[in-house]
Amino acid sequence: MLHRFSVLVACSTLLLVVAGALVTSNDAGLSVPDWPLSYGQLMPKMEGGIFWEHGHRMVATTVGFLTLILAVWIARVETRPWLRILGWSALGAVVAQGLLGGITVLLLQPKPVSIGHACLAELFFSTTVAIAWFTSPAWRRGGPNVEDPGLHRLALAAPVSVFIQLALGAAARHKALGALAHIAWAPVTTGMVLWLVTRILMRHSGHGQLRTPALALVTITFAQVFLGIAAYMSRIATVDAPQPMKVMVVFTSAHVALGAMTLACSILTGIQVFRYAGRVSACPTIPEALPANS
Amino acid sequence: MKKFWISLGVAAALMLNGCGGGEKKEEKKAEAPAAAPAAAPVDDANAATVTGKVAFSGAKPTAKTISMEATPACARAHSTPQKSEEAVVNDNGTLRYTFVWVKAGLPDRQWPAASNTVALDQSGCMYRPHMLGVRAGQDIEVTNSDPTNHNIHPLPKVNREWNESQPPKGDKKIKQFAREEVMIPVKCNVHPWMKSYIGVVNHPFFAVTGEDGAFTLKGLPPGEYTIEAWHEKYGAMEQKVKVEAKESKAVDFEFKG
Repeated sequence: MLHRFSVLVACSTLLLVVAGALVTSNDAGLSVPDWPLSYGQLMPKMEGGIFWEHGHRMVATTVGFLTLILAVWIARVETRPWLRILGWSALGAVVAQGLLGGITVLLLQPKPVSIGHACLAELFFSTTVAIAWFTSPAWRRGGPNVEDPGLHRLALAAPVSVFIQLALGAAARHKALGALAHIAWAPVTTGMVLWLVTRILMRHSGHGQLRTPALALVTITFAQVFLGIAAYMSRIATVDAPQPMKVMVVFTSAHVALGAMTLACSILTGIQVFRYAGRVSACPTIPEALPANS
Repeated sequence: MKKFWISLGVAAALMLNGCGGGEKKEEKKAEAPAAAPAAAPVDDANAATVTGKVAFSGAKPTAKTISMEATPACARAHSTPQKSEEAVVNDNGTLRYTFVWVKAGLPDRQWPAASNTVALDQSGCMYRPHMLGVRAGQDIEVTNSDPTNHNIHPLPKVNREWNESQPPKGDKKIKQFAREEVMIPVKCNVHPWMKSYIGVVNHPFFAVTGEDGAFTLKGLPPGEYTIEAWHEKYGAMEQKVKVEAKESKAVDFEFKG
């Protein structure tokens, strides 16, 4: 049950990332000038930019409550201390995220705060995905260890590279940087991901616990590259439009959402590498036997 | 962990407090502008005039249609689709919504304060007028004639930025900009097509071109001036002009599409 609930939280968080992307893409970030209320009400008339901004706040509130339940649930039933800490960290992240969202409204979108809000959203989503993974039967089943300590560095470098790319994307969206840095870093990130995935598939293709996330990661990354091109082209094509156009909004928001999924998938792949790949003599068995009550 | 949250709370409080503090400082400056010789009556007998028009050459831009379907109240206000006012070329080949002002050359003195209030209305989910000029510190009366919520969000670089909501047919707002700034974009984030521009200057020598594309800058003391014409799409251009007492000179601009 805990696993299913954590999957629900992760899916809701992805929806929240999409809702946030729609706010920025529709240029509706400051359509509600007050916070935490909206136009002094809990429920203003949902029209124009208010629909996107207040809708984002409603989804965020729901995710906040779901995360609170998740953290308490984990604390009550989990025996793994690090997972309990992760549950509380998720709660802390969603609270911090709410505060950053409020500050960005009240201080009229200071760029560092808005970029921080976007980056923390991606990290929070990855945290919920990781919790869903740690509570899953697949994690519990485990698998054999393989000899490949050198893979650790790559498994660390790939998500770091993806995160830098997301931060550059957020900086471009909030006009702190042009799109050039984001575009220039894309081949680096893609290269890092390809290097990691290729090495896993070349050396450990028979290891399902490593192969599956690696394949998912390369699939999402390639889709993300094409979505990035589509988002950029749509922005160029509609630059003279008097308002944000649907084609640009759809491609850009999908690009942001898939970016969050790329980060989460790269982190999951990294987790799997650190769990299963190393010196076999140093970790001869599955690291943890999990309790049945989770 | 506890220390972290306390620090975060303190930082947030300081940031919020810092924002409010800026507002007070600017209000103070608005009350007491930079030291300059006291206001003296303009010598009308010797005053010069600069007139002109802002022409447009090249292919006439096609006005983009605005989609107001996201807010039915906005769509209902127009019997035909509303067009963007970003680039409006008049029938006589001149350019509308160009801000023309004396950018440099005026003597260092205070000019008599403007006594009137300038109106900025939100009507049919468009800013009316699309472009306006005001004196630094002059009152701008912002009204909402629409049956829908708006937020008014100027994006100055020199003056203080603010963002306030205005409910349907809500109370008027009286606002000022303390410092000279050409131009300040104003937007409504509820209706992202709504854009207006405000030119804030320290003197009374400015104009916005209308349906005839013409402008008149009256009451200038004799001297040599830099006149700037600013357009939101086509940028800015300058010309120098020297006027003697009682003289009237023509200065025409031409923007290329």
